[in-house]
Amino acid sequence: MAGEQRLRLAGEVRLSDLPEIERRLADWSADAPAEIDLSGAERLDTSVAWALLSASERLEVGGGRLALSGANDAVARIVDTVRESMPRPETEPSPARGLKGWLERLGREVVETAQAALAFTGVLGLFVARLGRCVIHPSELRLTALVHHCHDSGVRAVPIVALMAFLIGVVLAFQGAAQLRPFGAEVFVVELIAISILRELGILLTAIIVAGRTASAYTAAIGSMKMRQEIDAMRTLGIDPGQALIVPRILALVLMLPILGLVANLAGLFGGGLMAWLELGISPAMFVTRLIEGADVSNLTVGMIKAPVFALLIGVIGCEAGLRVGDNAESLGRMTSAAVVAALFAVILAAALFSVFFERVGM
Amino acid sequence: MSGTETVIEVRDLRMQFGRHVVHDGLDLDVRRGEILGVVGGSGTGKSVLLRAIAGLERPTAGRISLLGTDVLAGDEAAREALSSRIGVMFQDGALFSSLTVAENVEVPLRSVAGLSAETRAGLARFRISLSGLPWNAGDKYPSELSGGMRKRAGLARALARDPEIVFLDEPTAGLDPIGAAAFDELIRDLSHSLGLTVFLVTHDLDTLYAACDRIAVLAEKRVLVTGTLDDMLEVDHPWVQEYFRGPRARAARQEGAPRAGMG
Repeated sequence: MAGEQRLRLAGEVRLSDLPEIERRLADWSADAPAEIDLSGAERLDTSVAWALLSASERLEVGGGRLALSGANDAVARIVDTVRESMPRPETEPSPARGLKGWLERLGREVVETAQAALAFTGVLGLFVARLGRCVIHPSELRLTALVHHCHDSGVRAVPIVALMAFLIGVVLAFQGAAQLRPFGAEVFVVELIAISILRELGILLTAIIVAGRTASAYTAAIGSMKMRQEIDAMRTLGIDPGQALIVPRILALVLMLPILGLVANLAGLFGGGLMAWLELGISPAMFVTRLIEGADVSNLTVGMIKAPVFALLIGVIGCEAGLRVGDNAESLGRMTSAAVVAALFAVILAAALFSVFFERVGM
Repeated sequence: MSGTETVIEVRDLRMQFGRHVVHDGLDLDVRRGEILGVVGGSGTGKSVLLRAIAGLERPTAGRISLLGTDVLAGDEAAREALSSRIGVMFQDGALFSSLTVAENVEVPLRSVAGLSAETRAGLARFRISLSGLPWNAGDKYPSELSGGMRKRAGLARALARDPEIVFLDEPTAGLDPIGAAAFDELIRDLSHSLGLTVFLVTHDLDTLYAACDRIAVLAEKRVLVTGTLDDMLEVDHPWVQEYFRGPRARAARQEGAPRAGMG
């Protein structure tokens, strides 16, 4: 079929010439003798030598032969070096494809999720155990670190939490008024704002902001320490990472999240009251009166009970993800975003469960 | 093997960061096909010199010519063309962590026009094998490799486009003696069989003995002296004396001499 299978390479044969050479070699068949004349080649890139030897291997599989002729010393040495280093694939199970591969991936995901859940309980247990030690030996509590984290994840979150809650209060009052006005029941907007903010929204939205802000910060801080082996160094120096890193962080959140929730409640009520005054003409005095009469204090209790639980979820997830960071920067980024997603999910799931629970116990 | 053609020519180089002068009036020549080892105490700017020649750092003053092209005066296109003729291996490989080793090696090949995907993949496999890595290393991510394997993968990527000069930054730092000796041998073999010019920065005396043809000593903000190892023993300078006549140097000399003789 193919006529003369001969190719002459001359001058400096470089990687950039490879596409052309490959094109020429592509339709060579094993049926006829083939030859590549290298007598004019002064220099041969290893990639070209690799392509020639690959073609030669391909023809040999089909029972043919490819002769490389006329190479000068330097070119022959390159061809020999390349021949020695030709890659030899190892027969290794190739990754499964299709349904089997899908099932395998699904299985892996399930196992990984279960392991993550197990690791979560591990860190939670570590926190509780170390906190217990701190109760027995108060001197072991890292007070400076605790105060630092309280400031970082609590005080510094006040502006954003307050602003968010204020806007939510405004929106609730505005929308509530619009919906209730046709029934002449605008005045109930006070109860609407009070109950929804005190019971659910204030603390939930605070927890969501803190989950985004603090869970990622905890993962990044602990993860980068893990990456640089600082945590291993601590262990060898007799410093317990649980005591030094995890207790102050999670405890700070447990202490600060209820306070942030309270700030959110106040800001939300203020926003709602302001809007009710401007939009519906409910005076602040009237608002306060209806608030005290209409909204039972149990609403606030229900809201506040959730705060430490949300704090625990966010803190433990953030710290645990940090401890799972490997030794490369990519896993740090991956774990940080995974921690935020997991913390948000956990908070919302817990809020839903609480909602069912309080309904059942009649609070 | 080393010819007489000068492929790297540095003249009157001055590198200054703020008020801190790293190099002043530095001259250096590297000839085609040789392995030049650059040594110097900490903070003498060995890596800075490598970065300046490789075009990663802009000198304050001076002239650098690489393969006959003026690095500093050339336009964008000239520098682009030059980049395909040099390769750089960074200290820890500097592999892209989100890509597998084979994909890492393919990255420089993507800029070669007309190369099919199969050819690229095959070439990447070949480079990995040429750098002495096993076949299955190509499918792994950099984080799954040991330090020595990462360096080999970094070398595979540096060699991807058949460069004429490779720059190696501390090629054996952090490797165990066996891994370091194997890497020295790999560098030497590749340089000899492929006619590669190698510019390497090192602290490792064994590398100097086992792999380097010529040594340049950085001190007092310039290249104090260049020459073979034997020349170094004659140099009358306190740092050079201490470096090449210290106990570690003696040990490296005794064990490295037969190997260097063979190479």
